[in-house]
Amino acid sequence: MKKNWLSFVFILLTGFALAQDTASPKTKFGDVAIANLKTLDGKTISSLEFRNDGKPMIIDFWATWCKPCINELNTIQDRYADWQEETGVKIIAISIDDSRTSSSVAPFVSGKGWEYEVYLDINGDFKRAMNVNNVPHVFLLDGNGKIVLQHNSYTPGDEDELYEKIKLLTEKK
Amino acid sequence: MKKSQLRLIKLVFILLLFTFIFNQKVTAQVVNGSNISGNLEVSAQYYTPDSAIGAPDVPESVLSNGFMNVNFNYQNFTAGIRYESYLNPILGFDKQYTGSGIPFRFASFTNENLKVTAGNFYEQFGNGLIFRSYEERSLGIDNAMDGIYASYKVTNGANFKGFVGRQRSYFEIGPGLVRGIDGDFQLNDMIKAWEAHKLRIGLGGSFVSKYQVDDSQSRILPENVGAGAGRFNLNYGNFAFDGEYAFKANDPNIVNEFIYKNGQTLLLNLAYTKKGLGARVNAKRVDNMAFHSDRNATGNNLNVNYIPAITRQYTYRLATLYPYATQPNGEMGIAGEFFYSFKPNTKLGGEYGTFINVNGSAINDIERVPIANDTLGYTSNFFAIGDTKFYQDFNFEVSKKLNKKNKLILTYLYQLYNKNQIEGKIDDKMVTSHIAVAELIHKINTKKSLRIEAQHLLTEQDHGNWMMGLVEYSISPRWLFTVFDEWNYGNKKAAQRFNYYTFSSTYVKGGSRITLAYARQRAGLLCVGGVCRFVPASNGVTLTITSRF
Repeated sequence: MKKNWLSFVFILLTGFALAQDTASPKTKFGDVAIANLKTLDGKTISSLEFRNDGKPMIIDFWATWCKPCINELNTIQDRYADWQEETGVKIIAISIDDSRTSSSVAPFVSGKGWEYEVYLDINGDFKRAMNVNNVPHVFLLDGNGKIVLQHNSYTPGDEDELYEKIKLLTEKK
Repeated sequence: MKKSQLRLIKLVFILLLFTFIFNQKVTAQVVNGSNISGNLEVSAQYYTPDSAIGAPDVPESVLSNGFMNVNFNYQNFTAGIRYESYLNPILGFDKQYTGSGIPFRFASFTNENLKVTAGNFYEQFGNGLIFRSYEERSLGIDNAMDGIYASYKVTNGANFKGFVGRQRSYFEIGPGLVRGIDGDFQLNDMIKAWEAHKLRIGLGGSFVSKYQVDDSQSRILPENVGAGAGRFNLNYGNFAFDGEYAFKANDPNIVNEFIYKNGQTLLLNLAYTKKGLGARVNAKRVDNMAFHSDRNATGNNLNVNYIPAITRQYTYRLATLYPYATQPNGEMGIAGEFFYSFKPNTKLGGEYGTFINVNGSAINDIERVPIANDTLGYTSNFFAIGDTKFYQDFNFEVSKKLNKKNKLILTYLYQLYNKNQIEGKIDDKMVTSHIAVAELIHKINTKKSLRIEAQHLLTEQDHGNWMMGLVEYSISPRWLFTVFDEWNYGNKKAAQRFNYYTFSSTYVKGGSRITLAYARQRAGLLCVGGVCRFVPASNGVTLTITSRF
């Protein structure tokens, strides 16, 4: 009895939510799954906010304990200014550090001098929603949020393949 | 009868959802944002006997683990299913996983303000001190909830979450019922006048309770056990200060040996950030916080909460010989870390800049004053630290790009490890170790690169000194070849000075990766992101395929 009542409430809430949906300003952007993340200063933000004005966007899953992830983001940091100038690409770095290491993320990013937008995915909600198995996992999205390239692992030189694809996207226009 | 009826209702709901969506497609409406996605991982290991290193006998010869997630997304709806198979589970994985089935299935609706899930879900309140449901597939950790979940953003900065459910235990559901609510309030986002204030304040609170029938003949056990937590976070300019306190009512269980004492834990974090510099200090106290939804469950099975360790998780092979894990019955300690980048073209920075990382920690037991003949167990002064050392470490790391083709990382690590306490063995001594690591990344050309590691561990206890060497050759973006060897040359028993070697090759394309490795592997702890599982010694070939589609 109790369980049937709960299911009913769930269906009611869904109906209510559906009614809300038409008024909600943000719709799902291409292949970007919907999940809540935290900014480095404690705010909750939805992945629905991830946009780049129709320009390419990179979603990069990493962790402070993942060395190849750090190597990749370090290498790209050296070129980020050039990449942005030539293509307008934006990199969103999602840290999957859980509550054991999440307090290290802000000091680490700051110590490295990285200029990416960094968000915390402390319980892996966004990672799971994007079907990521392990890090590093990088997605390159076109102006409509569709995944055009992804790679899982990093070896020096991978950033060149990534950049070729970003340029292709901006040239298509 | 009732359980299967409920399962049928859920299945029908999911099928209706699929039908609704597929019908939409057929009527040729513009369907934006609908797709099927998922991932899979299969790992099969072929074992050869190797009694010299203590490898257990594997009568099946081949053991394999596998899982596949398939999710259907349409706009704000997602429905998904996961199939898992352990035939039989690879060594080091809990044998209770043996078999196959669908332990995870759900239907969910998410938009900017609301998320509702029926079926299985994961969630965490605050730092996880009283509730964390999560998965770490490579370690065999999965305490997924099975029930109903809802989260709602009332207004900017104010979020509520609530759930009712039972927990996954291998391919079954645990006996305990778990329910919880959580509220998170970022005041500067809620109060218009505070939006531009330099000081940001956030508050949060949660309450979780579990219910399990008392089936004991000898004791009167509490059937409802409640736990509450309160947290805050403050940001002011370059400083960030946050903390959480949790309290658990009396919860006699197998881990605390059925005492009626309540449990408490406090976690405090302070951080300073400025471009090129970062620092953090953490303090923690844990007192009787093992919280399972079955009072007879141990280890990674049926945990309701998660108490994070504050010590650093190392990745270098020899640095993981003695890893620390939180002691839920009690511990108290501090940890700190400092990051700094010396700018390029400065004296210490050199041409390309230099990065340094220093960290350290010290964890002891809490002070315990036993109460004779009393089910409360012991008392413990909140502000007093115990005398027994659990773990200490000090780590110094320098990372420097020498020239266009070479990058060097040098590390020194000191560890003091209470093997007795952390591994639960009786006669082991405190292990003191000093580890030195040198890592060189050499770029041969734009596509080819070589990585070399040399490690040395010095200790007078346990198995003595170790040496480790690694060479990794990569051809971007597809291939990775690795060879490494760990040699226990300092073992007091000459016959046990083994070489543990691994040869591995990996092929990567897009979201897929295939690895084939041959290894003579030492017994030890495999750690991923802070949680470890014990892996026994083995000798054999492993094939792993992982893919995201």
